Amino acid sequence: MELRKNYFADVRKDDLHEIGQPRPRSDSPGHVTGKTAFFADRNFPGMLHLKMVRSPHHHARIRSINTSEAVKYPGVVKVLTAKDVPHNVYTILILIQIGPEDETVLADGKVRWKGEAVVAVLAETERAAQEAAAKVKVDYEVLPAVFDMEEALKPGAPLVNEYHGQNYYLYDSGECRKVRFGDVEAGFAGADHILEQSYQSSPIEHAPTETTGCVVAPEGNDRFTCYTNTQAMFFTLDNASIILQMPGSKLHFVGGTVGGGFGGKVDVIVEPIAILGAKLTGRPVSFIYSREEEMQISSPRAAEKVVIKDGVMKDGRIVARKVTGYTDAGAYSRHSPYGAQKGAGHYPGPYTIPNVWIDTYCVYTNRTPSSAMRGFGVTIGDFALEVQMDKLARLIGMDPLEFRFINAYRDGDMKAHRQPTEGAALIECMQEASRAANWPVAEKYMAMSSYKNGA
Amino acid sequence: MAIRRGRGVAAINYPTGMNLGGDPTQALVHSTPTGNFMVTLSSVDLGQGMKQIMAQICAETIGVPTDRVVVDTADTDTGPHCMGTFASRGTHRAGNAVIQAAREARQVMLEVAAEELEVNASDLETDGQGNILVKGAPQKSISIFDVALSAHFKRGRSISGRGMFLIPRSYPEKDTGAMKPSTCYAHACTVAEVEVDDETGEVTVLTVKNVFEIGRALNPRMVEQQLVGGSWMGISHALYETTEPYYPNRDHGGTDFNQYLMPGPGDLAETEIIVLERPSADGPYGAKGPGEMCANPQIPAVANAVFDAVGVRVDTLPITPERILRALKAQAAN
Repeated sequence: MELRKNYFADVRKDDLHEIGQPRPRSDSPGHVTGKTAFFADRNFPGMLHLKMVRSPHHHARIRSINTSEAVKYPGVVKVLTAKDVPHNVYTILILIQIGPEDETVLADGKVRWKGEAVVAVLAETERAAQEAAAKVKVDYEVLPAVFDMEEALKPGAPLVNEYHGQNYYLYDSGECRKVRFGDVEAGFAGADHILEQSYQSSPIEHAPTETTGCVVAPEGNDRFTCYTNTQAMFFTLDNASIILQMPGSKLHFVGGTVGGGFGGKVDVIVEPIAILGAKLTGRPVSFIYSREEEMQISSPRAAEKVVIKDGVMKDGRIVARKVTGYTDAGAYSRHSPYGAQKGAGHYPGPYTIPNVWIDTYCVYTNRTPSSAMRGFGVTIGDFALEVQMDKLARLIGMDPLEFRFINAYRDGDMKAHRQPTEGAALIECMQEASRAANWPVAEKYMAMSSYKNGA
Repeated sequence: MAIRRGRGVAAINYPTGMNLGGDPTQALVHSTPTGNFMVTLSSVDLGQGMKQIMAQICAETIGVPTDRVVVDTADTDTGPHCMGTFASRGTHRAGNAVIQAAREARQVMLEVAAEELEVNASDLETDGQGNILVKGAPQKSISIFDVALSAHFKRGRSISGRGMFLIPRSYPEKDTGAMKPSTCYAHACTVAEVEVDDETGEVTVLTVKNVFEIGRALNPRMVEQQLVGGSWMGISHALYETTEPYYPNRDHGGTDFNQYLMPGPGDLAETEIIVLERPSADGPYGAKGPGEMCANPQIPAVANAVFDAVGVRVDTLPITPERILRALKAQAAN
């Protein structure tokens, strides 16, 4: 890595003692010698292992659940169903008033994606829990499922989630989050060229080294300690408190050392049910995802569809940009309504465009609920925006890098979501990339600056 | 049939934090009887180095070496509230909270030193080595060790501080979408160079040159770790990864690392990282959040490079050999 100190030297003080110094990480020796303690290193006498009975169907009504054989299975201590969960229907963002509650801790009457948790089995060994889980008999009536966002938005599509009542999240702005800036139709009318293109992604996995999980130990005084690899301690504690209808003072969370998160450990999935198991049995409980569960059960990055329509002038100026974004939330909200909204706040990218129209939809389908992931709401948008920029440049016969200089935002420029640009540095990044990659651009672009009074 | 070369560019920005509920994080700082400092948080270190960077921020602010600072984090019985480690917010939010707490602790420390040295607190400065000096008369000094002993055993003072980061929650305006979704923005520009085998559809990323503007590199070696890892993840996202290869069809999803493809050591591109620093007005020592941004620009840069190499667009991620071959076939048919 090289630090290029010549950029922005006039606005930066470099006379610090500890900041800017490549001090060795205090936790590195422990990490590389295997001495660092992670949550799963906690082991308690009498610890039970929790395994889930999961839906084999994408969408089905539950006619009946028979746990009698599992309950009798050697080593089994407790079997939990929906009726055991104090506040079974929840949504994590309810903490900040983003409802409705739309997801069950354990399925009640219906499953909405293949892999959804239906029954929790707690046993003396992992093997006993696994074998007993296989003995649980669930009678399903399979329902039509919808996997495609466009299909889901058509009238007459199977309804994925009754708590929403339609297959999209209802914002205060309606069926999508909207951004309106200038007059996009007038912009298109005056443009030399129009280009409309669609982009698509599919879900991806966070693939952390350490899978999601927790170990819960009763403290003996009606308090429970939960050792967890959550990315958000109080967010998880407070949600567990709501689901379990327990005062937060009865919950003690310990964590903070995690083997990779990437956004995959903020969904509050394992902790509430494990604490409930510890509470009902009086024994420590371990609930740790297998690698298969991590890959197919834990939330992936949402698949997205992005449609971009641009109006561009022969001289390289983009005069209008219309973006319609679709986020595939899967069966439940989790963090997706916010992800779609974050996209609306990110388009049209780091460019100053006078006329912008943005609609972002959060769509429900019968797949694993998606949620937060590194670049949430932005990564796929950047893929679409920057491929579109390449296409626009070629359309008007301009160098793709020079084309970006013409449109790059600078300090003081008004963004589509009506915030003035501050602290811009896109131009300088492109100038340095031009040098580093030996991709020359005209001198006038190398003389530009992000500063308000810059060239 | 040939191996063809191309290059592509992408430029992006990235918001720091997610202003949903005001994005709060708090910190507490206190001194031990012998002048070491404890930072108490509930923030989570995912492996990116949160603990180390908070120690450096606290040390800089109080004016002591980093090895005099211990970070205790992520116990809800002791640590004050942190919204969580996500949205590129960890260093920025917790860092600001630590600075505020450390400033308050430093002020008490200087007041006690002032009493011991019989000067005004405003006349004192730290040397960064564990001592407090009188400005302009450095021979008149006292060690922080002695200041802490005095505070604890003689003067009955608590060298401690409380810190808080909070911004007013932003509610998007429903008709126009006017909102303040985040604080400062980090920036990047990536140029990727690829080879595409037009017979097999295979893509090899030869070089990836990343320029990242991150406000300030608080610890250059640690940020390098994050940026190199992110660059690898971006390439992986572009060409390899998916849990549902035939999306929207749900079949054939990988269940372990044998079936979930990611580039291995033999597939690594030659990676160059260049860092620019335009300190943000609201960041701890000007830092912005580069954690998510650094994995984004490689994706479109690689996509654009593939087009530059073979003249077909694959607008669906991941850009697999199968998709490239289908596009080449369609191109040949036209």
